[in-house]
Amino acid sequence: MAIATLVRPGIQPGIRYDNGIVRMFVIATVIWAIGGMMAGVFIAGQLAFPVLNLSEYVNFGRFRAVHTSSVVLGFAGNALIGTSLHVVQRTCQVRLFGGRAPALFVFWGYQVTVLMAIIGYMFGISKAMEYAEPEWYNVLLLVVVWVVYFVIFTGTIVRRTEPHIYVANWFYWAFIVTVAVLVIVNNLSLPVSLLGTKSYSVWSGVQSAMIQWWYGHNMVGFFLTAGFIGIMYYFLPKQAGRPIYSYRLSIVHFWALIFLYIWAGPHHLHYTALPDWTQTLGMVFSIMLWMPSWGGMINGIMTLSGAWGKLRTDPVLRFLVVAVAFYGMATFEGPLMAIREVNALSHYTDWTVGHVHSGALGWVAFMAFGALYYLVPRLWGRPLHSKPMVEVHFWLATIGILFYITAMWVAGISQALMWRAYDDQGFLQYSFSDSVVMLHPYYVVRLVGGLFFLSGMLLMAFNLYRTARAPMVRDVDGALAPARLGASA
Amino acid sequence: MGAFNHSVIEKSAPLFLLLTLVTIAIGGLVQIIPLFKIESTIEPVKGMRPYSPLELAGRNIYIREGCYNCHSQMIRPFRDEVDRYGHYSLAAESKYDHPFQWGSKRTGPDLARVGGKYSNAWHVAHLKNPRDVLPGSIMPPYGFLKDKPLEVDTLGDHLRTLRTLGVPYSAAMIEAAAADAKLQAQPDSGDADALRARYPKAPLGPFVEKPGPVTEMEALIAYLQVLGTLAEIEAARPEDLRQTR
Repeated sequence: MAIATLVRPGIQPGIRYDNGIVRMFVIATVIWAIGGMMAGVFIAGQLAFPVLNLSEYVNFGRFRAVHTSSVVLGFAGNALIGTSLHVVQRTCQVRLFGGRAPALFVFWGYQVTVLMAIIGYMFGISKAMEYAEPEWYNVLLLVVVWVVYFVIFTGTIVRRTEPHIYVANWFYWAFIVTVAVLVIVNNLSLPVSLLGTKSYSVWSGVQSAMIQWWYGHNMVGFFLTAGFIGIMYYFLPKQAGRPIYSYRLSIVHFWALIFLYIWAGPHHLHYTALPDWTQTLGMVFSIMLWMPSWGGMINGIMTLSGAWGKLRTDPVLRFLVVAVAFYGMATFEGPLMAIREVNALSHYTDWTVGHVHSGALGWVAFMAFGALYYLVPRLWGRPLHSKPMVEVHFWLATIGILFYITAMWVAGISQALMWRAYDDQGFLQYSFSDSVVMLHPYYVVRLVGGLFFLSGMLLMAFNLYRTARAPMVRDVDGALAPARLGASA
Repeated sequence: MGAFNHSVIEKSAPLFLLLTLVTIAIGGLVQIIPLFKIESTIEPVKGMRPYSPLELAGRNIYIREGCYNCHSQMIRPFRDEVDRYGHYSLAAESKYDHPFQWGSKRTGPDLARVGGKYSNAWHVAHLKNPRDVLPGSIMPPYGFLKDKPLEVDTLGDHLRTLRTLGVPYSAAMIEAAAADAKLQAQPDSGDADALRARYPKAPLGPFVEKPGPVTEMEALIAYLQVLGTLAEIEAARPEDLRQTR
């Protein structure tokens, strides 16, 4: 059984994993989290107080992509690549394929790619496709980096000494492969000049809309979901000290998830000029997607069977488990919003923004935080600087999310109801401006929520920094036992 | 697991990878390929033409500034949207858009049919400082566009690139691209009828009070003023507007 890999206490003697590269990705993850979430707070501020649109370089229109790219590609991307390189070595019981040089290339190549993209946005270089804004030369660089990453990961799996490929690697692998396919197809474009930045997408009109949201929704599905389920399947059982609840469930929900997700894109295009048959397929598959999503949630949460008490004492475990709970909530809300009639109300409103953030903050960021708190003590061979600080982080973050998503629910539904309201004479009751003015208090609450979340995250950065810079501890007490987990720094 | 044993798959890296690829390919293929094959996907409505060079330049500014983050260009077939914005959007209306700009969020109103709704002077004032004309607006100011000269010399290359991708620009259009851009901004400076023959219904300048060398502001306004004005929806028969169900 593949699951056995995880619960087997020891590792093969003599393997010295490449932890240096994982440490680099851990540091990059924290730095991108700080930058990306600060950008998020800034643009939330601009929507509440438009005077913050200080200049053309930081206007909301250009800066929103700075936020989305630095949190999705920067923060989540570094967390995914870093943890996957950590997990694949341990579950395959071999060092990384190819050695140090290609891994370093992936690290620096990836940082340069994302940094180049977000600086470009500020100077107006953008394809204006959501979550696919980087221009052609930037995409080319990303594809090269991604292929090397794929080769490292795949090579490590091929050379594994474990007979089974562990379940976390199924999800990581599907994420790596699918993201490559999505990025290449959606970004096909023709540069105006090889010396210029501007290109035109090969796709136009209705087909470009379909391909963009096939890409867009599956960046959620594979980048922010499948990849993060990979994180869940390693770090949650490790932190809980329990085996995964059900091997069979992991098989069923893996194949169902990756098959169904790909179909869900058209729910972003309900009632648009996309033909009805495509919309209907998107809706039906989105609803079906609820099942494998909850399969993953149940498998994650039930892993705590017999160890529920640890939730009271271990805030790191709480991050991981509450992440899974948020995953369950977001993947219930998602299919609901994919129903055409519900989407008629929710689409174009801040409800969508709230939904995205319940997933992005609650699931993606919490899972990444849990993994970071797990990794740093082990990779640097020192006990965590402060557990109470993790407690405080947990509550700051949770309160922040609640502020954020409740504000956006109310804002979004109010907006939609105002847009469709008629007066007694049969005229539209509100101008568009009325709905904008109405939103102001909710945008302020959202900003406050964002500040809570950001402050918790800064506390985490401080805590992890103090952990890594603490004096070396040779013999850590059993609870942390970094040496056993191969912190062969 | 009965007759079927998953460990066969999870013990073989090539098999696992192959099955993953097949599994993730199916949905996309089924949803995307027919959109290129079924003729009724794009309605045979009259009036659609490629953007004029100035409109295209304006569209590229719209793209550069990230307007799609807050403005949709896709009116849904609901009573309130049709009352507020006009006839629901057709697939044909974005067939020359590489890529589409339908958007996903309305922090501001839909712009699919904003063309002709406001005067050029209103657009200039609104772009300079939106709160001068709409006190509750939260839109960023775009006055800087007025000070930026438009790069017109390379517009021919843009048209040529789009022609390679299937947009029906003629050799004459590509040849005249830079001149056409200037002409649309200052129609008195040349033969505006020839421009209108190449690009029917092109909104003609002046877009700003004292037009000099063409600015980005003028290009953006030309683009906004053409949005939604081309398709002859009123003249179309209902069956022409019907897609495959």
